Amino acid sequence: MPDRRAFDTAVEHLAPVVTDSGIPVAPLYTAADVTGDLEARLGLPGQPPFTRGPYPTMYRDQPWTMRQFAGFGSSEDANARFRYLLAQGQTALSVAFDLPTQLGYGSAHPLAQAEVGRVGVAIDTADDMAELFDGLPLDHLSVNFTINATAPVILAFYLVAAERQGVAPTRLAGTLQNEILKEFLARKTYVFPPAPSMRLVADVVEYASEHLPRFNPISVTGYHAREAGCDAVQELAFTMASAIAYSEELIGRGLSFDTFAPRLSFHFATTLDLFEEAAKLRAARRLWHEIATGRFGATRPESARLRFFSGCSGATLTAQQPLNNIVRSTIQCLGAVLGGAQSIHVMGYDEAHELPSEEAVTIALRTQQIVAEESGVTRTIDPLAGSYYVEWLTDELHRRARDLIDEIDQLGGAVAAIGAGVPQRWIAEAAYRIERDITDGRRVKVGVNRYVDDTATETQLRLFEVSDDVRERQCERTARRVAARDASAHESAMRNLDVVARHGSNVMPALVECARAGSTLGEIGALLRSVFGEHEEPSPW
Amino acid sequence: MTGPSDPHPAAPLKVLLAKPGLDGHDRGLKVIAMALRAAGAEVVYLGMRKTVEQILTAAADEDVDVIGLSILSGAHLALGRSLLAERSEHGLDATPVVIGGTIPAADARTLVTLGAHVFPAGSNLDEVVAGVFAAAGRRQCGSGSGA
Repeated sequence: MPDRRAFDTAVEHLAPVVTDSGIPVAPLYTAADVTGDLEARLGLPGQPPFTRGPYPTMYRDQPWTMRQFAGFGSSEDANARFRYLLAQGQTALSVAFDLPTQLGYGSAHPLAQAEVGRVGVAIDTADDMAELFDGLPLDHLSVNFTINATAPVILAFYLVAAERQGVAPTRLAGTLQNEILKEFLARKTYVFPPAPSMRLVADVVEYASEHLPRFNPISVTGYHAREAGCDAVQELAFTMASAIAYSEELIGRGLSFDTFAPRLSFHFATTLDLFEEAAKLRAARRLWHEIATGRFGATRPESARLRFFSGCSGATLTAQQPLNNIVRSTIQCLGAVLGGAQSIHVMGYDEAHELPSEEAVTIALRTQQIVAEESGVTRTIDPLAGSYYVEWLTDELHRRARDLIDEIDQLGGAVAAIGAGVPQRWIAEAAYRIERDITDGRRVKVGVNRYVDDTATETQLRLFEVSDDVRERQCERTARRVAARDASAHESAMRNLDVVARHGSNVMPALVECARAGSTLGEIGALLRSVFGEHEEPSPW
Repeated sequence: MTGPSDPHPAAPLKVLLAKPGLDGHDRGLKVIAMALRAAGAEVVYLGMRKTVEQILTAAADEDVDVIGLSILSGAHLALGRSLLAERSEHGLDATPVVIGGTIPAADARTLVTLGAHVFPAGSNLDEVVAGVFAAAGRRQCGSGSGA
């Protein structure tokens, strides 16, 4: 018979510890910590409440999708990187756009001057999009687009690129991020004020639910808030509060929850607290099931089945001793797998210095391949289930996130809370606490505040460089295309877009017409700015 | 640290913080703002998506001691160069410029040559704060050594 009292006495001198999110952790968990009906809280993989995974077969059938985020320079430059990644065994694409494209400015715009092709590929026209996928069959590829404020325009360009390949919209698979609330919250590439922004998100989701059965028209995202500094509980709560807001917006225009909910996808971070992260991802599925059935009355199981993409954390990586980041990323990739991710991105080890080099991107992909094919963690589904600690932590994260969702509800929901700048302040304060803790040595960062290598000279990295003439080439190319297009078709498409944008019907068909007519992203962006206005962030203090 | 018992309190160091260009990564800038405030500085938080012209105009209007920029989009050379060069048009030749962000070592050296103080990603928070004070010829302890 185990002597619990003796054990408690033996450990009572131990200092208290907490998870990365500040949840107190006991030295030991036992069956007594996992109370109530655990079987009901878990279900089986592919069955409600989906705690153990969205699909019955999970990685026994096929591994997660390895989706490294890539894109820079012009469409030909990015096309070459895509071909390289596919040749290395990557199984899907994830497109990074440059900031002017994300913000609806043409490459020739004065504000775009220093930014064309830098953090992603520059796309000015549907022709650029067609070249981006030149030789890559869109009916056989799943493509992820990290695009938000201009997501409807990019989707229209993509539909036209597919059309030119002879691929029907019904065959297109992939994900459009199209998630504006987290832009206001953390990522900050918003353009229009919240109300028209929510309308554009809903236009895309509504259009996709009619025309794009294999495509995820939104990826509800906690990743960027986490990267901006919040903890795992806040990440869960912000994501769910946003999913609630989008669902209410769509229901408000007359759609039933079950028509769009099965195509909602999610995006979480995975950071270094391995068990907390795996528990968070398991709790996310259970939480969404609870919200979808309880709040929205989902009747189809797929409407309550959360699928997600995990981006490993860049904010946890260090500029110092950068090779250590390969180890950090491996732990994060493992956390995403133990959490049951559908697709994963691993960071390049050099990203605290520059965009990842080809070498760093290859190692990131190899990290995923080693976890998938050498570690054996994929042999059985949800291998952490039944661990006293992980189940206790899953319950605890679920409970804490639910309380915070209630608090956001009290503030009027995600749109109102973000409009008032409340969660933005929570995030900034959390980021400051983390930095203070690292500076003061309360939070260990190897190579930064412990095991510092004072003899290290300047880190030698093979850094990635974007060629300086990208902007010039891009502007010339767009000018040539504008000169060659049918001016009257472009003008009539733009006039129609103006009417549709002002009168509130779905902008997608009008945008597809603009894309076909050769209207540029800069022209469309300027028109939509004139109709909707621009958002200014409320002062953080 | 500046404290209420300081026998010769100088006017607080006044720092303008902004993100030039289109980059939206404002975690670092907000952390620096909070750390500077905690160290007794006055922060004019201009925020993100500002042009070089807007930043210099605000710096002149607010008569700040230091201009602090944060750039994580890779546009640091182009933006840093133009801001440093255009300072004189706003009568700000003597106003020090501190730049943080994702800045490779070679680019950091270039910016230093052009007259900036650079704190790339990974810099220690206390050292950044001390560096901002030092850039203005001030000591953080508020002992009256300032300009």
